[in-house]
Amino acid sequence: MLTLVLANNYALLFVGWEGVGLCSYLLIGFYFQKKSAGDAGKKAFIVNRIGDAGFILGMFFLFQVTGSLRFTEVNEALRSARFAPEAGVFGILSLTALLLFIGATGKSAQIPLHVWLPDAMEGPTPVSALIHAATMVTAGVYMCARSNALFALTPETSHIVAAVGAATAIFAASIGLVQNDIKRVLAYSTVSQLGYMFLAVGVGAYWVGVFHLYTHAFFKALLFLGAGSVIHAMSGEQDMRRMGGLKDKIPITFATMFIASLAIAGIPGLAGFFSKDEILWQSWSSPLGGKLLWAVGFCTAAMTAFYMWRLMFMTFYGEGRMDEHTRHHVHESPKSMTVPLMVLAAGSVCAGWIGMPKVFGENGFMQALEHWLAPVFETGKEAAHAAAGHGAAQHDTTMEWVLMGVSVGAALAGIFLARHIYLRMKESERPTGGAMHPVLYNKWYVDELYDFLFVNGFSLGGGTLMARFDQKVVDGGVNGTAWLTRLVSSISIWYDTWIVDGLVNLTAFSVRALSYPVRFLQTGFIQSYALVFLAGVFAIFGYYWWVR
Amino acid sequence: MLHPITTEHYLVLSAALLLIGTVGILMRRNAVVILMSLELILNAVNLNLVAFGKHHGNADGQIFAIFIITVAVAEAAVGLGILIALFRNKETVLVDEIDLLKW
Amino acid sequence: MVETAFFYAFAVLTIAGAILTVTLRSAIHCAISLIGSLAGVAGLYLLQQAEFLFAVQIVLYIGGIMVLFLFVIMLVNLDAAAKERQYHRHWLAATACVAGTGALFTAFLLRGPALLKPNALESAAPVAGNVETIAVALFREFLVPFEVASLLLLVAIVGGVMMAKKRI
Repeated sequence: MLTLVLANNYALLFVGWEGVGLCSYLLIGFYFQKKSAGDAGKKAFIVNRIGDAGFILGMFFLFQVTGSLRFTEVNEALRSARFAPEAGVFGILSLTALLLFIGATGKSAQIPLHVWLPDAMEGPTPVSALIHAATMVTAGVYMCARSNALFALTPETSHIVAAVGAATAIFAASIGLVQNDIKRVLAYSTVSQLGYMFLAVGVGAYWVGVFHLYTHAFFKALLFLGAGSVIHAMSGEQDMRRMGGLKDKIPITFATMFIASLAIAGIPGLAGFFSKDEILWQSWSSPLGGKLLWAVGFCTAAMTAFYMWRLMFMTFYGEGRMDEHTRHHVHESPKSMTVPLMVLAAGSVCAGWIGMPKVFGENGFMQALEHWLAPVFETGKEAAHAAAGHGAAQHDTTMEWVLMGVSVGAALAGIFLARHIYLRMKESERPTGGAMHPVLYNKWYVDELYDFLFVNGFSLGGGTLMARFDQKVVDGGVNGTAWLTRLVSSISIWYDTWIVDGLVNLTAFSVRALSYPVRFLQTGFIQSYALVFLAGVFAIFGYYWWVR
Repeated sequence: MLHPITTEHYLVLSAALLLIGTVGILMRRNAVVILMSLELILNAVNLNLVAFGKHHGNADGQIFAIFIITVAVAEAAVGLGILIALFRNKETVLVDEIDLLKW
Repeated sequence: MVETAFFYAFAVLTIAGAILTVTLRSAIHCAISLIGSLAGVAGLYLLQQAEFLFAVQIVLYIGGIMVLFLFVIMLVNLDAAAKERQYHRHWLAATACVAGTGALFTAFLLRGPALLKPNALESAAPVAGNVETIAVALFREFLVPFEVASLLLLVAIVGGVMMAKKRI
C-alpha cells in the first residue's frame, strides 16, 4: 500500500496495486478449508484481472499519448497546450481515462465489477477492516484522483465516473437494507461509500473524494473491527437475526460502534458528516454535477442511515435472540481489540474537522485538507473550470445550508425509521418490502446474471464454441495432416516395396541364379574335391601332351 | 628273355601304384582305407624318387624319400587322430556322411 | 637275371597288395594287404641298393605306421562301415578320370625313354656305403630340412595327442 501511495509513476503504482491485490486474494482465501472462501478468493482474483487489464491498457495509452508514466511529467504534458479538453467528444484521452477508471472499478468494487467485495467477507474480519474497507479498495479512488489532470480534460469520462459512482452508491445501499449477515451489511456499505467517492471524483471534486476516503477509513474500519468484536462475542455467529441486546454486555464495542454509525449516517459534528455533505454539495453545485446526482446521493444517505441503524438496533438493542449457550458465552473483547476501537472512534469523531464546509467559516485549520491537497489537484481544478466553460462555481451559501439541513434530516429520518421498525415493531408486523425484498436480498441477482452470462453463457458457450472449433477446424487440420502423411507414406511404402526392395531382391535373385551351377560343385565331400583336383591334374597333363 | 631292369620299369610300376592309390582315395568311403591309399601314393612317389636317384647316380632321391617318409608318418599320426576324434563325434568313418565343409 | 626276376616278383607283390588294399571290404584285410604292398616296395628299394631306405621302410612303415593303423582299426568300430556300400557315388566319374590320367601316364611313358638322358652311371659301381652316403648328405647339405623335419614330427605328436584326446 505504501508503494502504491508513494509511487511517483503509474508503473510503480501498479506494482503496489497488484501487491495489495495479491494480499487481498490470499487473505480472502485464508480459511482455505472452506470452499466458499476459496471460491471468493478466486472470484476476487478473476474480477480484479478484468479491471487490471483495463488499467494496463490505460497505462499503455497514457504512455502513447504523453510519452511518460511519471505523474509530474504526465500532468505537465496534459497541462500543456497540446491537449484540449475533450468536451462533447470521446477522444483518445477519454478512452485512456475510461480504461484507467475500469481498473479503478475492479479494485474499488464499482458496478459492474463490484461482485467480489461482498464475497471477500469470507476472510478474517481484521483483514476485511484493513484491506476491504480502509485501504486497498480505496486505491481506485486514489488513482483516479491522482489522475485528476486527465479526468479534468475528459468531461465525458467524468460523467461516466460520476454516474457509475452514484449508481453503485444507491445500488449497494439498497442491497445493504435487507442483508442479515453483519459483515455483508458492512461490505455493501463499503461499496456504497466507495460509490460516493467516485461520485465526488466524477463531479471534479477530487479533494472531496480523498476526504471521504480518509474519513470513511476511520469509521468503516471501526465498524468492521466492531463487527469482528461482536462476532467474537457471539462465538462466531454472523447472522444479526440471532443477535440483539448486546448493548450492556459488550459496552465498549457498543459505544464505539455507536459513534461510527452516527458518523457514517452523517450526524453533524462527526467525520462522516463533513465528507458526505461536501460530496452532496459538490454534486449539486459542481459544473460537472447535477441535480439528479445529488438526488441519488441524498437517497443513498438516507438509506445509509437506515441500514446502519438497522444493524445497530438488531445487534445491540431489544432482546437477545441467541441460544442459551451463546448467550452465556457473550463477553467483552480483550484490550487488544477494544483499544483500536477506541482510537478509531476518536478518529471517527475528529477526522472530519480538517475539511469543514466554507460556510462554517474559513481558516487554515478548517480547510486544512483542501489546502494541503491543493497542489496535487490544482491542475485538475483549473482544467475542470476551463472545461466547464465558466468561472468558479457560484457559491450559493443559502442553498448549501438548506441542503445540509435536508441531508441531516434524511439521516435522522433513516435512523428513526430503523428504530421504529426494528425496535418498536414486532417481527411479524415489520414491512417485508413486498416484491423488492427477494430482489434486494439476492443482490439484484447480479451474481446470478454473471453466472448466466459469463460463467455459464460466455464460458460454457464459448467453451462449446471452442470445442466445435477444436473438433472441426483443429482436428480437421490434424486429421488432414495425418491423411496427407498416410498418403505420402503409402506412396513411400509402394516405392519401398517395389523399387527399393525390388532392387535388393533382384540383386539377391541374380546372385542366387548365377550361383546355382556353382552350388553343384560345392558338395562338402572331400572326395569330390579330390576328384576335381585329379581332373585338374588330367587337364594339365593333357595340355602338355596335346598342346605343347 | 628277361630284359635287364631299367629306370622305365620303376616308373611304370610307380605310375601304376599311384593310379591304384588314387582310385582308393577317390572311390572308397571308408576313411581308414583312404588313409591307407594315401600311403600307397606316397610309396609310389618314394619309389619314383629312388629310381631317379639311382638313374642319376646320387643319393639325393633317397634323402627326399626319407623326408617324405617323415611327412607320411606325421600325416598318418595326425590323420588317424582326426579320424578318432571324428568317429567320437559323428559315430561314422564314412566320408560322404561328413559334409561339414558344405557350410 | 636274378635281379629281373626279383623285380617282377616284388612288382607283382606291390601291385597285388595295392589292388587288394583298395578293393577289400574289411579294413583289417586292407591293412594286411597294404603291409604286403609296402614289403614289395621295400624289396624294390633293396634292388636299387637303397639299404637304408629298405630298413626305414620295414621299421617305420610296416613296423610303425601299420601298427598305428591296426590300433585305430581296433579303436574305431568299423563293423558298421564294413556292411555299408564301399564305393562312393561318383565312382564312375572317378574311374574315368583315373583312366584318363593313366592313359596320359602311359603315353608319357611310351615317349619317355627317348627323353631320358642316357644313364651314365648305370653300370657304375654302386656307391660305397649307402648309409654313409646318406648320412653325409643328410647332415651336411640337408641339415636344415632335417631339423625342420624334427620340428614337424614334434608338431605331429602334439597334434595327434590333441586330436585323440577325449575332450578337446
